[in-house]
Amino acid sequence: MASVNQLIGVSLGYVVFLFAVAFFAERAAVRGRRGWLGSPMVYTLSLSIYCTAWTFYGAVGYAARSGMEFVTIYLGPSLVMIGWWWILRKLVRIGRAQRATSVADLISARYGKSNLLAVVVTVMAVIGVTPYIALQLQSVTLSLSVFSGPVGENSFNQPGAAFWIAVGLALFTVLFGTRNLNANERHDGVVIAIAVEAVVKLVALMAVGIFVVWGIAGGIGPMMERIDASPIGEWNIDRSRWIALTALSAAAFLCLPRMFQVMVVENQDERHLQIASWAFPLYLLLMSLFVVPIAVIGLDLMPAGANPDLFVLTVPLAEGRVGLATLSFLGGFSSATSMVIVATLALATMVSNHVVMPLWLSMREEGATVSGDVRDVVILARRASILVIIGLGYLYYRFSGGGAALAAIGLISFVGVAQFLPSMLGGIFWRGATRSGALTGLIVGFAVWVYCSLLPSFGPGSIYSLSMFENGPWGIASLRPEALFGIAGLDPTVHAVVWSLTLNTFAFLVVSLLSFPGPLERLQGAQFVNVFDHSTQTRGWDAAFATSEDLMIMSQRILGSEEAQNLFRAEARRQGVRGHLPEPTQAFLQQLERELAASVGSATAHAMISQLVGGASVSVQDLMAVADESAQILEYSNRLEAKSAELSRTALKLREANEKLTALSVQKDAFLSQISHELRTPMTSIRSFTEILRDTEGLGHVEKNKYATIIHGETIRLTRLLDDLLDLSVLENGQVNLNVETGRLSDVLEQAVVTAQAAATGPVAIKRRHLDEAILLTTDLDRLSQVFINLITNAQKYCDASAPELTIDVRNVNGAVSVVFADNGTPIAVQSRAVIFEKFARIDDSEGSGAGLGLAICREIMTRLGGDIRYEPAATGNAFVVDLPAPEALAAQ
Amino acid sequence: MDKHVLLIEDEMNIIEAIRFLLSREGWQVDTHSDGLTAVDAIRQMRPNLVILDYMLPGKNGLDILTELREDGDFLELPVLMLTARGQSRDREMAEKAGVSRFMTKPFSNTEVVTAVRDLVQLAR
Repeated sequence: MASVNQLIGVSLGYVVFLFAVAFFAERAAVRGRRGWLGSPMVYTLSLSIYCTAWTFYGAVGYAARSGMEFVTIYLGPSLVMIGWWWILRKLVRIGRAQRATSVADLISARYGKSNLLAVVVTVMAVIGVTPYIALQLQSVTLSLSVFSGPVGENSFNQPGAAFWIAVGLALFTVLFGTRNLNANERHDGVVIAIAVEAVVKLVALMAVGIFVVWGIAGGIGPMMERIDASPIGEWNIDRSRWIALTALSAAAFLCLPRMFQVMVVENQDERHLQIASWAFPLYLLLMSLFVVPIAVIGLDLMPAGANPDLFVLTVPLAEGRVGLATLSFLGGFSSATSMVIVATLALATMVSNHVVMPLWLSMREEGATVSGDVRDVVILARRASILVIIGLGYLYYRFSGGGAALAAIGLISFVGVAQFLPSMLGGIFWRGATRSGALTGLIVGFAVWVYCSLLPSFGPGSIYSLSMFENGPWGIASLRPEALFGIAGLDPTVHAVVWSLTLNTFAFLVVSLLSFPGPLERLQGAQFVNVFDHSTQTRGWDAAFATSEDLMIMSQRILGSEEAQNLFRAEARRQGVRGHLPEPTQAFLQQLERELAASVGSATAHAMISQLVGGASVSVQDLMAVADESAQILEYSNRLEAKSAELSRTALKLREANEKLTALSVQKDAFLSQISHELRTPMTSIRSFTEILRDTEGLGHVEKNKYATIIHGETIRLTRLLDDLLDLSVLENGQVNLNVETGRLSDVLEQAVVTAQAAATGPVAIKRRHLDEAILLTTDLDRLSQVFINLITNAQKYCDASAPELTIDVRNVNGAVSVVFADNGTPIAVQSRAVIFEKFARIDDSEGSGAGLGLAICREIMTRLGGDIRYEPAATGNAFVVDLPAPEALAAQ
Repeated sequence: MDKHVLLIEDEMNIIEAIRFLLSREGWQVDTHSDGLTAVDAIRQMRPNLVILDYMLPGKNGLDILTELREDGDFLELPVLMLTARGQSRDREMAEKAGVSRFMTKPFSNTEVVTAVRDLVQLAR
């Protein structure tokens, strides 16, 4: 048996080798000679950090416990890679176009660069991933302890080993993760080291597999027989678990911070994705190929109670193959370390960018200026974050007791990070998604996850009491953490996945629909959703032709001279160049573009810099992107303009309505004043003369008689006024019952003339013309007569000619009959003609007892009868024309 | 002659009543029925008191009063305004324009006679 010390020696050697690989890769990258380092295969292999110690050791344990179900963990990512590579392509494109440095950065950028959102995602990621980091530490120490012999026989210090492993990992991550802060947050050294580790773990697992199949079982045939005989081989598929777990691992593949780091941030060329889309599933297939054989042989070979999670190590050891076991150990070590390094790097980026830096900047009184010391602070913050995160993982490992099965922690972690999915996918495919929606969805999903998955994972009696599981909090059964809303009987993982993601998505959708995105959210939403219309694939310049003077002039125009000078001076200082103009290095150009992009948009910024850098080599695509950006801004401003036009239209309508109301109110006031005047005037005379008659002694008989006659006349005037008012009110507003009869027009006219003359106040000669006996009318003849009488009476009252004369003429034009009442008085003033049919429209200088309601009543009657009445200035005098209702109109009545 | 009243009113019956009432008190009552020329009539006749109707053809009583008070000669002239419109705002406007007494129709005879007496006494 190999001693632990030997093993530690091997591990150290391996780590030194990794350091060397990373160091040389980094050096090569800085010199711009990437060569095969930047190949799609390296990219594909770097994706293999998906396969952590959980997959390396845990898959076998998983298979030994639950049969074929472990396949789902490989199935999800494979489906994403093969079937959904276009989603990945969009993610990568957006990530690159937006220069996203992490999942938190991406989500926050999409929703209007909201730092609150970034902080929420960061916190969720840290809480979700820390147990996973602890799991890696645990797996390494566990595997070390296997070599130290049966537990308890010697003094192998597990926590101590975990501590030193944590320190080593932190060191590596600090060294290679924070060496330089370039625009893209790329880490060539780390990526290469991971790719190497990917190869090691694949080789190790396959070597153990091959040994098991050919060395122990004796070939494929016997192996298959043993598998068939074992319960593992039976495909006992719990469909809900399979679907949920496949979906979950697919979601986690997209959302895990470390996956985002290697897949998007470290991506050097979008085309690598095409190759990875088949190569990575192939890698997963190879990784899973020997899981079942190892598990089956392990169960057969090892004593009952042996930890199946460690079969990969214990089976070779049991067979005396120390070398193979050591290789296997290195595989597991690789899986664990690569995961910890990348996950820590990703989390540290988030923590320092979204938590530490904003805090630091807000604490500094001068606020944010771009200068060298900010850079130092960023690196310091990054390093501190790395130490804190690995420290958290170590603490979690120490205090969780390390007892839970590996796979359980992995799944819980997956469910946690899968909460990013709705906001992420919604953000890149749906322009209607809003910041509030994303925030609500994330918080709801995360809360459900903590409640239903994270806290219960510690088991009954730790955080939740047993009665909490059985009866729910405070005895509320519908809140039982593993049977939410009374839906019991589901597998806890399925339960947590379904509830957290459903409620998360639901909250995200509903709040997005209810809330209104801000301007920046709209612009970013368009950039994300339509990323393929707005960005080009790869960007980079040959710095040869750029002169710092030109760049400075351009930057001053966009950033303002002070900020531009600060930027250039700081860079010059950093480069150690004298004066204020730095060398136009690749890194500086990228930084400059980012600064400019904040002001003019990334496409424009890129086009501007590339024009200066590469002479006139602005590509058509670049120009299109500029146009797109301008178009978007234009579209936005157009929409604003349309909105404001709409608003002013509404305001105008409101103003018109208000004016109408005011006019109506004025009319009402005028009407009331008029009525008051018309009623009070006769009452004044009546009261005054009544008092005279009562109070005056010795009034003569003639005077008494005269005053009584006045009083009498005024009461009649009052009565008539009230009659008219009531009549008009009924005609205008009420139900008028027309008494329709048939009669001759000539008879109606004759009767009206007689009636009017009986009550005549002045002598008017009445002439009649064209009185055709044959014209028959079917209408309310009394009402018509009322109109005629009114017109005749008006002529009698107001015609001021010396020989007043009224001509009544019947016109018959093709059956349309009108009666014209023409007098020879002074024509009504032009400005008064328009209002004579209005209520109380007495013409100013007219005298007499009329209240000015007569013509208004006439018009109402004629409207009711289906005819019309209008004024025509006559050659000498005035004419009122009564258009009799047409026969059809009558029929319709 | 210091008992000269000019009654500006367009209702014949009311003119008749007021003429009867004030004649018995020893007043010389002149009348004018047109709003447009009312101010000219006052300037010409120089009465000791004006009784002014609100609703007149051509120009309303309020405008007449305003124009009258703008003329320095008639700042002190007592003006009794009569109105049948019965809106409280009219009273406020009239008071602002410098009316001496404001009465709503229908009035009581005693009220008018007393008001006329008071106004003349005040003016002295």
